[in-house]
Amino acid sequence: MNNNLIQYIYGIADNSLILGQRLGELCGHGPSLETDIALTNISLDLFGQVRSYYQYAAKIQGNDTTEDTIAFLRKEREYKNVLLVEQPNADFAYSITRQFLFDMFHIELLNELQNSKDETLAAIAKKSIKEVSYHVRFSSDWMRRLGDGTEESNQRVQTAVNDLWVFTDELFHQTDADKAMVSEGIGVDVTQLKQSYYHKVSAILEEATIEVPKIEYFQKGGKQGIHSEYMGYILNEMQYMQRTYPNMNW
Amino acid sequence: MTEQLTHIDPKLFEILETVSDPEIPVLSIVEMGVVRSAQMVENVAEIVITPTYSGCPAMDVIGEDIRLAFKQKGIEAKVVLVLSPAWTTDWITPKGRKALEKYGIAAPLEAEADKEALLGNKKLVKCPQCQSTNTKLVSQFGSTACKALFQCEDCLEPFDYFKCLK
Repeated sequence: MNNNLIQYIYGIADNSLILGQRLGELCGHGPSLETDIALTNISLDLFGQVRSYYQYAAKIQGNDTTEDTIAFLRKEREYKNVLLVEQPNADFAYSITRQFLFDMFHIELLNELQNSKDETLAAIAKKSIKEVSYHVRFSSDWMRRLGDGTEESNQRVQTAVNDLWVFTDELFHQTDADKAMVSEGIGVDVTQLKQSYYHKVSAILEEATIEVPKIEYFQKGGKQGIHSEYMGYILNEMQYMQRTYPNMNW
Repeated sequence: MTEQLTHIDPKLFEILETVSDPEIPVLSIVEMGVVRSAQMVENVAEIVITPTYSGCPAMDVIGEDIRLAFKQKGIEAKVVLVLSPAWTTDWITPKGRKALEKYGIAAPLEAEADKEALLGNKKLVKCPQCQSTNTKLVSQFGSTACKALFQCEDCLEPFDYFKCLK
């Protein structure tokens, strides 16, 4: 059971870690000072949440495991984040669309995780949901502004939605750890969130005058540790300091 | 308002009041509602604190500052971080709210009003400089995780607004 719980925690926390890292890349590079600060603020919230999850996972694991070894010393296959969060910051429309597609899922997940039988996970969810509701407000607001903005911004968001849509289905796939944790009343049954997710996402896209893609083939793999070509580069940058100077501290 | 019971030993209260949030130095951590309990357990002061935001980088510093403040009084302190119940802006004391305003940060509104203000629907946030409510939202995210950026349209001064967190 312990291993399932650890894998389950990774399945949730790794999404926030990798998305936080992607957002961190924009520090000092945002299209305006306000959006730059907003995106890095969101990144900081996500890292804060990740620390709580990893500290808990480290406690369960025991030995010499710490939040840092979990974050920085695993191999690519051991990260269980979905493919969506590792997609690059191709342009501002991509970053916002990726954020929006994830936030809408994240808030639904936390909403259910609050009722987990596991007290620590429930506490982290209760804490995080307050922060994530600000993320949802920010990203959905920008979807409307860009989608219903100029011809150029509309076209760029439409392109981003078309490209990233293929990664949304994976959010609702269940892993073995998921199934085990759901049966124990600890985990959230993500398959139950799918309908409401697409319903809410489509409603906002409609407001933003963005067409909802209709595709039947979706990408998957991240939850099994099989990542897109971007992942290696992300880890390379993220793990550099710990790999080069083992056990370094601030 | 949800009044959360805190158990702070009056003798420890004085020491805790000298520790401030490094990002908002006018506010002690007690006024901030960050200290959940403080008791002497066999010669060791056990201080339970809760973070404002998960990613708040001030928490590590606050923990250190608490230990230091107690050490100066010859007391060993153990700092414990808890997540539940989650911190809310309701826990900022009335004295704390006044200190915020004086420092130039608009204090958090009630949840509903906060939403209206941050969506830009209504002008409700009061400028801490000239008290005008003719203010506009510049960004939902400000200089730290807990603040949004506003600007007063009367005195033109930009200022931070402490976001409501419930």
